[in-house]
Amino acid sequence: MSIELNAVRRRSTPHGFAFEPIFEGLCFGAATMLLIALGGVLVALTIGGWPAFSKFGLDFITGVTWDPNPEHEVYGAAGPIVGTLLTSALALLMALPVAGGVAFFLVELCPTFLRRPIGTAVELLAGIPSIVYGMWGLFVFAPFFASHVETPLMSAAPAGSIWETVFSGIPNGSGILAASIILAIMILPFMAATLRELLSTVPAQVRESAYGLGATTGEVVMKVTLPYVQRGAIGAVMLGLGRALGETMAVTFIIGNSHGFPKGMFDSGSTIASTIANEFNEASGLQSSSLIALGLLLFVITFIVLALARLLLRNQVKA
Amino acid sequence: MIKTIVTAAAVTAMVAGAGMAVAANISGAGATFPAPVYAKWAEAYKAQTNNALNYQAIGSGGGKKQIIANTVDFGASDKPMTSAELAANGLQQFPTVVGGVVPVMNLPGIKAGQVRLTGQVLADIYLGLIKKWNDPVIASWNKGVALPNLPITVVHRSDGSGTSFLFTSYLSMEEPKWQAGPGANDAVNWPAGLGGKGNDGVAAFVKQTTGAIGYVEYAYAKQNNMDYAVMRNKAGKWVMPTAANFAAAAAGAKWNAAPGFYLLLLDQPGANAWPITGATFILMHSKQTNAQSGHDVLSFFDWAYKNGDGAAAGLDYVTLPDPVKALVRKSWKSIVGPNGKPVYP
Repeated sequence: MSIELNAVRRRSTPHGFAFEPIFEGLCFGAATMLLIALGGVLVALTIGGWPAFSKFGLDFITGVTWDPNPEHEVYGAAGPIVGTLLTSALALLMALPVAGGVAFFLVELCPTFLRRPIGTAVELLAGIPSIVYGMWGLFVFAPFFASHVETPLMSAAPAGSIWETVFSGIPNGSGILAASIILAIMILPFMAATLRELLSTVPAQVRESAYGLGATTGEVVMKVTLPYVQRGAIGAVMLGLGRALGETMAVTFIIGNSHGFPKGMFDSGSTIASTIANEFNEASGLQSSSLIALGLLLFVITFIVLALARLLLRNQVKA
Repeated sequence: MIKTIVTAAAVTAMVAGAGMAVAANISGAGATFPAPVYAKWAEAYKAQTNNALNYQAIGSGGGKKQIIANTVDFGASDKPMTSAELAANGLQQFPTVVGGVVPVMNLPGIKAGQVRLTGQVLADIYLGLIKKWNDPVIASWNKGVALPNLPITVVHRSDGSGTSFLFTSYLSMEEPKWQAGPGANDAVNWPAGLGGKGNDGVAAFVKQTTGAIGYVEYAYAKQNNMDYAVMRNKAGKWVMPTAANFAAAAAGAKWNAAPGFYLLLLDQPGANAWPITGATFILMHSKQTNAQSGHDVLSFFDWAYKNGDGAAAGLDYVTLPDPVKALVRKSWKSIVGPNGKPVYP
């Protein structure tokens, strides 16, 4: 009897059964490794940055003086923090409408024979290394921006008005706004490609029925396809924002690298990533600890941004 | 038969000898400023002796860390260690080549070498105290030069660098307010202006900004034909940034009186000495755990002192005067192996 049962069991075992635990183990291992790596980075940054946090306390976040001279060193990261948030927000503000436009055009309006070349071009743009954007920004974009945008705007701003403050700075093509524009160009293809993928997942019936009811292309986009992919679209935007927050080389080349608060759009500033890139090579002691602490702050800021995005998403889905 | 054996033995010995020569593989890490000339020397040295040098340009700070951790045979730094620092880490240092820092400007209608600056004026510009090019203080040193009524845009290095260290050390010497304020370091809290990454970053901002002033390494200023300023040196003479004037600063320096070769070559005496000059240094442990590797490093630099001047000059580095080289060679006697004997020669 039992012998017979065993025989039945053996026959019912699927062919690849022996590999199943190995496969599951590998997948589990991959996922755990990610968590371990993330946790390891967090722990390493906290340990490395601890001397700076314990020495300066809250002043490390609110202070505006960044003085690396060992004789009177003080590290306050408020300037780089503001610079990071400001450039990323501006970049997102500029890139989002354009990325949306590119995606809508490709999915809704583009003639079929152009769809592939334009789509590939967008993906190629996403693959350009950031140092190339940085060099292009410094040697090509900055001189153009200085003579065609900054100088006219600065001379057009009425004296004493708010615009004079907004457009203050050095008209040489570097600064907060220039860095934001370079960032926008960098995150644009990334966001456009993701949005395009999302929009093409909208079932043809949904779209066609809207057209059938007499909706225009604009109405279809705004009222049908966009709400349909809302959840994923916010994810795409957050990925773009994440890249903007951590972008290093291109920004370092063009932001002007002065610590402290920028006074206007054309004034020079710094971001967390650019400060680390500039100073880590030659740093030691408290300075290198402060730079590691900056890294932890960037980690926390990125985490907060992602958490906010999740929150936003949850509220919208409920509504 | 015997003859064959002898020949075979000789051949074996030769092969073994050649094998030992190949084994010499020197490793070093540090300053980026001298990296091109070290690479050039290494190439020629390898062609002649078959010994290879592996130099990683990771920055002066990194070079110091690596040699203290003893992960390389030598470290390289643009910022010399004081004799106290050297003693604390059991290190020894010697200079290899000389470079300098040149103030460069972008002023319409003004050519290279037309504007004269003193150290104090330069410091006051970088402090943001002198804000316009036609400031009476600048004008008083530049009679007959039509200085424009332009705001001065100060450009500095954004990355920590030996160039900034030399520059800020010079400003500290010349202007007490600079010393009391930002001070001397490879990165400081700049009171004014904007920062470019590397020499090319500074140069780009200077070129793009009318009325800008910046500072770059001499080789970079020369190769890019930048509009430099003439500086007043300790002897009260106005000097141009030329290789001969950097060499004059190195020659006039009192290397004898500098323990551990701690010497910045700033504001040196001598009618032609360029005031913002500095050497770049090699760091080695005074007690070598492996006498052979210490020997290999010193053979390389001895070879470079003898044969490397042409290659260095071709890359716009200034080489050390012969008496200084002789002093350095003498200092090598105190680099000893585990047995307490000098590793070189």
